Amino acid sequence: MAEPMYALSGVLKRYGHKTAVLVERLDICRGEVLALVGPSGAGKSTLLRLLNFLEPPTSGHVDFDGARFDAETPMALAQRRRVTTVFQRPALLRMSVRDNVAYGLRLRGEAGAGSRAADALRQVGLQDLARSGAATLSGGEAQRVALARALAIAPEVLLLDEPTANLDPANVRLIEAAVLEHRRARGCACVWVTHNLAQARRVADRVALMLEGQLVEVAPAAEFFSAPKDPRTAAFVGGEMVW
Amino acid sequence: MQDLINALGAAIRLLVSFDPVLWGIIGVSMRMSLTALAISSIVGIPLGVWMGLRPRRPRWLTALLYTGMGVPPVVLGLLVYVFLSRSGVVGSLNLEWIPLLFTVEAMIIAQTLRAFPMVVALTLSSVLAVDAAVRLQVRALGATEFQLGVAVLREARSGVVVAMVGGFAALISEVGAVMLVGGNVAGQTRVLTTAIVLETGQGNFDRALALGFVVLVLAFAGNLLLARLQTSSHG
Ligand SMILES: Nc1ncnc2c1ncn2[C@@H]1O[C@H](COP(=O)(O)OP(=O)(O)O)[C@@H](O)[C@H]1O
Ligand SMILES: [Mg+2]
Repeated sequence: MAEPMYALSGVLKRYGHKTAVLVERLDICRGEVLALVGPSGAGKSTLLRLLNFLEPPTSGHVDFDGARFDAETPMALAQRRRVTTVFQRPALLRMSVRDNVAYGLRLRGEAGAGSRAADALRQVGLQDLARSGAATLSGGEAQRVALARALAIAPEVLLLDEPTANLDPANVRLIEAAVLEHRRARGCACVWVTHNLAQARRVADRVALMLEGQLVEVAPAAEFFSAPKDPRTAAFVGGEMVW
Repeated sequence: MQDLINALGAAIRLLVSFDPVLWGIIGVSMRMSLTALAISSIVGIPLGVWMGLRPRRPRWLTALLYTGMGVPPVVLGLLVYVFLSRSGVVGSLNLEWIPLLFTVEAMIIAQTLRAFPMVVALTLSSVLAVDAAVRLQVRALGATEFQLGVAVLREARSGVVVAMVGGFAALISEVGAVMLVGGNVAGQTRVLTTAIVLETGQGNFDRALALGFVVLVLAFAGNLLLARLQTSSHG
């Protein structure tokens, strides 16, 4: 596999006395799709916020392409801008669809934001809605716009936090296809949190199971599903774990 | 009732004939209110946004803000009076840039003190009402702290516009503080409200009503602008 982009080491994130995440070691490689599965409250969203440098770890460190992120050191803007997240709720801004999609490029002061936004909208099949107000969209359309907004900035790492959790199957397929096509064309790495094991099977190169803040097993997708090493993975994959 | 209708007729005649005294008073009122509102907004809106984005807001600042909103304007006027009078703390310095009492500048100071806490507090509450998920998303898209402030202000804009229009209405209709520090000097510091008090006292009801009518029109225009801004924003 390609060289690691992220190397996490002893990463602990606490809220008060509650430990949300404790990851001893995790490498994430350039261009891979890592699916992150696990029950609600396992710490998946918290891990993504750490990977996007939105909150510092309580202790330990996240190394990103040679730069270190820990409790004392915030990540430099230039590095932060190589990563973005699509959240479960689209969180569109009160502006037109096109301006929403161009937003990340405008933050970066990049030229050609308008035409690049149009390209990104085409990737999610919504070029016809460019002029609409963000508030007029259906849930599925809004989430596709949120994805286009992330793709427009051509991130090297795309973090996805259950982006299809509330969507109908057609929109789920559209989003999966757009992410995978972008990955193929641009080689970005993806960490994709999902509740849906079938989705993890469809999109992931590797799958990680998270329970109570810890990574129980991280394995290539085929192995994760057919020959898990940890009994808890087997239970989770077999649907025996109640969550 | 007939009196009222006659007076209203007289009021409209005064307005459309561009009565110089009446229009002079309108001009002073607008200059005072808009300047005070501009100063309050230029400083107060960024401060409100900044406070809204702090993870831990200093309590004393919030308490100070609400105290500021609660002080009766005439008391603010009194404070400004005491400070600016030639025997007062600041006035006795006789510095050139410190405005004299009974000038429009003195009224602007009192009115700025009145509007500033309102603008900050309403900006703060509008900013706090912006979904935390939007803030997280904007940061995840690579915003600097400054860009985050701009984005949040944009999201909160209708609340901020309410703050400004409300501030304008409060300023244009203020009487006591303006009377104290402005002194209701004809042709200089006389504004709509102090003129109403004077004209009514002298029994000139048509002029008083004309002035009252203008206050209503200005308040209506402000609210019309507000309604327009609120419907024209996406979202
Ligand atoms: N900002 C926060 N403040 C306090 N507790 C939090 C916060 N974020 C997450 N937690 C806690 O951390 C744990 C993991 O949450 P989360 O990462 O959202 O899990 P998941 O995404 O897997 O459902 C939960 O117990 C949650 O209550
Ligand atoms: Mg979550």
